[in-house]
Amino acid sequence: MKDKEFALIANDLRQDIVRMLVEAKSGHTAGPLGMADIFAVLYFAHARVDPAKPAWEGRDYILVSNGHICPVWYATLARKGFFPADQLMSFRKINSLLQGHPHVGPIPGVENSGGPLAQGLSQAAGVALALRIDKRPNRVYCICSDGEHDEGQAWEAALFAAFHRLGNLSLIMDRNNIQIDGPTDRVMGLEPLADKYRAFGWHVVEIDGHDIGEIRNALRKADEETERPTMIIAKTVPGKGVREFENNYEWHGKPPSAEQGARALLELQEERERIGRRWFS
Amino acid sequence: MTKPAGKGAERAALRDGFGEGIIIAARSDPRIVALSADLTESNRLVKFREEFPDRFVSVGVAEQNLAGVAAGMARAGKVPFAASFAVFSPGRNWDQVRVSVCYSGHNVKLYGGHAGLTVGEDGATHQALEDIAITRCLPNMTVIVPADAIEMRKATIAAAQHPGPVYLRGGREKFPQVTTESTPFSIGKANTLRPGKDITIVACGNLVSEALIAAEHLAKERISARVIDLHTIKPIDEQALIAAAHETGAIVTAEEHQIISGMGSAVAEALAQHHPVPIEMVGVRDTFGESGTAAALMDKYGLRATDIIAAAKRALERKRHTTTRRETLRVGARHLRAIARAARKR
Repeated sequence: MKDKEFALIANDLRQDIVRMLVEAKSGHTAGPLGMADIFAVLYFAHARVDPAKPAWEGRDYILVSNGHICPVWYATLARKGFFPADQLMSFRKINSLLQGHPHVGPIPGVENSGGPLAQGLSQAAGVALALRIDKRPNRVYCICSDGEHDEGQAWEAALFAAFHRLGNLSLIMDRNNIQIDGPTDRVMGLEPLADKYRAFGWHVVEIDGHDIGEIRNALRKADEETERPTMIIAKTVPGKGVREFENNYEWHGKPPSAEQGARALLELQEERERIGRRWFS
Repeated sequence: MTKPAGKGAERAALRDGFGEGIIIAARSDPRIVALSADLTESNRLVKFREEFPDRFVSVGVAEQNLAGVAAGMARAGKVPFAASFAVFSPGRNWDQVRVSVCYSGHNVKLYGGHAGLTVGEDGATHQALEDIAITRCLPNMTVIVPADAIEMRKATIAAAQHPGPVYLRGGREKFPQVTTESTPFSIGKANTLRPGKDITIVACGNLVSEALIAAEHLAKERISARVIDLHTIKPIDEQALIAAAHETGAIVTAEEHQIISGMGSAVAEALAQHHPVPIEMVGVRDTFGESGTAAALMDKYGLRATDIIAAAKRALERKRHTTTRRETLRVGARHLRAIARAARKR
């Protein structure tokens, strides 16, 4: 697949996310929009997953630790074919499959329950260790956020994964510099994040989280590791694709209104046409 | 069915039963792994580590990660036993147990060691008196508090075969054996260790041996006390409890745990809804413990056979009172009916 195809998929995901949030009238906007490019590459190019067989033994395990960005996860799983896309509009509603934060079990393709931050990191390490004990070649990918590194459990998991040489584990951090209360460096200082992970014994790769080529390269490099877990720090723009939402922490935990959603969709559709023109020119 | 639990009974620690049980279970089930948050010797996992080095996982002093890693290993097909002290797991990692394990429905077994006052000299910080409360309120969780080392061994093997999250409450001190190899063990099925018709003592953990001593003493006063070993607190054996309430009419509960939300509360929840009878509770009364020997602590905090006997007498008094009141009401109703009949005739 060409890079531009991923840009189109990511644009579709962003439109799905906006529609889901407007319909749900609650949920998180900035994180899901910022991670659309990474989800597009991970599910449509890189990881071995089979939507017809979500529990396939040979699959790569993809976990999401910062469960609040689940609109992008659900949209990706639906577009990949894990469940019908019409279910996306039931997000956060009563009797819905698609809970406000992910619930492992009922939702095809969801590998962990998440929301309380940093819990996915430990679970991903557990999956990776179990695979290694059984000498299975599957890889484990876990999406996480920068803000969740305020949690002590994140660093417990970081120690553990390096100590147990979980080379089959790759984390992808959404380094978007925002959390609910404001910019991450004003809520709780995290830097130097890359140095911290290196000091913990990890293989660290820093990329632009919207550059399809860089995402693909980083994932490939991570897969070559056998002894060290990899942390891919992906610098992203929160709210990416909608100027009104971009780089503003206030969009961390609220949904667009109907009017804001309509404006956002218009902007995303214009972007889609531009991508198409670039592609065919 | 049971051996006398007084002086001279064999003594063993719950943790030894756990250490034996997990090895027996692991020999026949290659999916079983043990995760240890440092306290490997204390929780009797050294032999497991020697026999199954590739299935032993050192997690370090990190209980949140312990629960999460166990959940992840279960997701990938393992049957993880995650061991720490009860004050730390589930005490310190309750949210991880709630979401990563229970909400996820993962097949994780938690061993909470050194529970209760009887951990002794380490003092209140290390005396888990709330762990039954915080585990039994979690959906999907099974809660087991074995009475002795033999029962712990059986419970550990049963937990390994039982799908879904299980909490096993362990202990450090050696206590009298109250069950034998031939005593049945089935998760969710209470064991009646002594028959009786006047009152029922429902106990768990090391208070079962105190309950048996109490029943002996009560027998001398011609009070026939049934003793139930309620090793599974969730799912609770409602059938055995309702039968006991119906047949003996009064209940004493006894546990090494806070009275608030513990095993006694679980019994009260079941009986209040299905067959209310007077209940008296023996346990720790809304206070923290302190340093001291296990024996001194059990004396001071009222966890002895003498405390159970006193509670039994209070319960019997209330039962008599309730019976008398019921009798009065019945007589009163008869009078009213007679008056009404007389009025109709006129």
